[in-house]
Amino acid sequence: MNAKVIVVTSGKGGVGKTTTTANIGVGLAKLGEKVAVIDVDVGLRNLDVVMGLESRVVFDLIDVIEGKCRLQQALIRDKRVENLYLLPASQTRDKDALDPEVFKTAVKQLIEEEQFDRVLIDSPAGIESGFRTAAAPAQGALVVVNPEVSSVRDADRIIGLLEAQQISEINLVINRLRPKMVASGNMLSEADVLEILGVKPIGIIPEDEGILVSTNIGEPAVLGQSVAGQAFMATARRLRGEDLAFPKLEEDRGFMAVLRRLFGGK
Amino acid sequence: MASFFDRLGFNRKGSKETLKDRLELVLAYDRAKIAPGKVDALREDLLAVVKKYFPTEGSNIEVEQRGDTIMLVANIPLEKEGAPGKR
Repeated sequence: MNAKVIVVTSGKGGVGKTTTTANIGVGLAKLGEKVAVIDVDVGLRNLDVVMGLESRVVFDLIDVIEGKCRLQQALIRDKRVENLYLLPASQTRDKDALDPEVFKTAVKQLIEEEQFDRVLIDSPAGIESGFRTAAAPAQGALVVVNPEVSSVRDADRIIGLLEAQQISEINLVINRLRPKMVASGNMLSEADVLEILGVKPIGIIPEDEGILVSTNIGEPAVLGQSVAGQAFMATARRLRGEDLAFPKLEEDRGFMAVLRRLFGGK
Repeated sequence: MASFFDRLGFNRKGSKETLKDRLELVLAYDRAKIAPGKVDALREDLLAVVKKYFPTEGSNIEVEQRGDTIMLVANIPLEKEGAPGKR
C-alpha cells in the first residue's frame, strides 16, 4: 500500500481490529519501517494492553490535542522492536474530546515532523463520529472482516463509507478463518468474501488459540511463531508490496475427505 | 430438510451457499438503501395486477442483482385465454 496513514476498521466490534493493528504495526516495524500505532477508541482504549505497553502510559492522545504535553511525550516506544511507537487513547474522556480536524493535524505532524513511515489508526467499532474521526487523516484502510454474516454485512457498509471519504486504497484482512469449515462448505472462503465485497484480501489470518495466549501475555503474535503470527507477518509484507502467495489452507485429512476424493469429489 | 447424506457431509454445498445467497441479497438492499419488505410488497401488488389480466399461472417477479443495481425482473408469459397454461 502506498498510503502512509492507514485506518484499521470493521464496523462490527470484536472481529480483531486491535489485534490486527498491533500485529501489522509490529510486523511493519520488524521490516524496518518507523511505525506509529494510534488508539482512537477514546474511553475504551485497548491497544495498550494488547501490545503489553499499558504500564508505560503517562500521557495520551487527548493530552496532546489539548496541549497538555508534546506529541513526543505521549509516544510510547516499544522496546522489543526498533522504531515502533504507541500513541494511546484516553481512558477517561469520551469521543467528543477528539476533533477530526485537530486529529488530522497531529497525524500530519507525525509524518512530516517526526518522520514516521507509517501511521496505523485503530478505529473504534461502529460507523459514527469515532469511526469518522479515525478515518479522517487516512489515505488507506484495512477492513478487518470475519467470514460470517454480520461481519461481512458491516464490512460492506464500512467500505461504502470509506469510499465516500475518498479513501482510495482499501484492503481486506480476513480474520479468524477456519480452514476445516471452509473445506466442508460451512464457512465463506477468501474467494467468496472477495466475490461478495469486491475488495481484495491482503491478509488471511486463520483462527488460532495462539492469539489469545499472545494477548494474555501482551506480546503480539508476530513476535512469535504461531500460525496466526506468521499470517500477520505475511500480511505486513504484502502491505509493503511484496508479492506473497497465500499459503494453502490446512489439508483436510478427515475420513469424509478421503471418501469424497474416492467418490469423485474435489 | 437435510438428508441423511447431507448431514454426513456428502452434500458439498454446505451452509455456506445459503449464507452467500442471503448476503448477496441483503447487501444489494443495503447498498440501494431500500427496505426489503417494501420491495416484497411491491412485488406482491404487481403480481396481483398481472394476475388480473393474465390469470394463467407461470408469471413470476423476482428480485435480482446485476452488478451494482438491484432490479425487479418480471417474467409474464402472454398467452391466449384457454390455451394450455404451460409452454
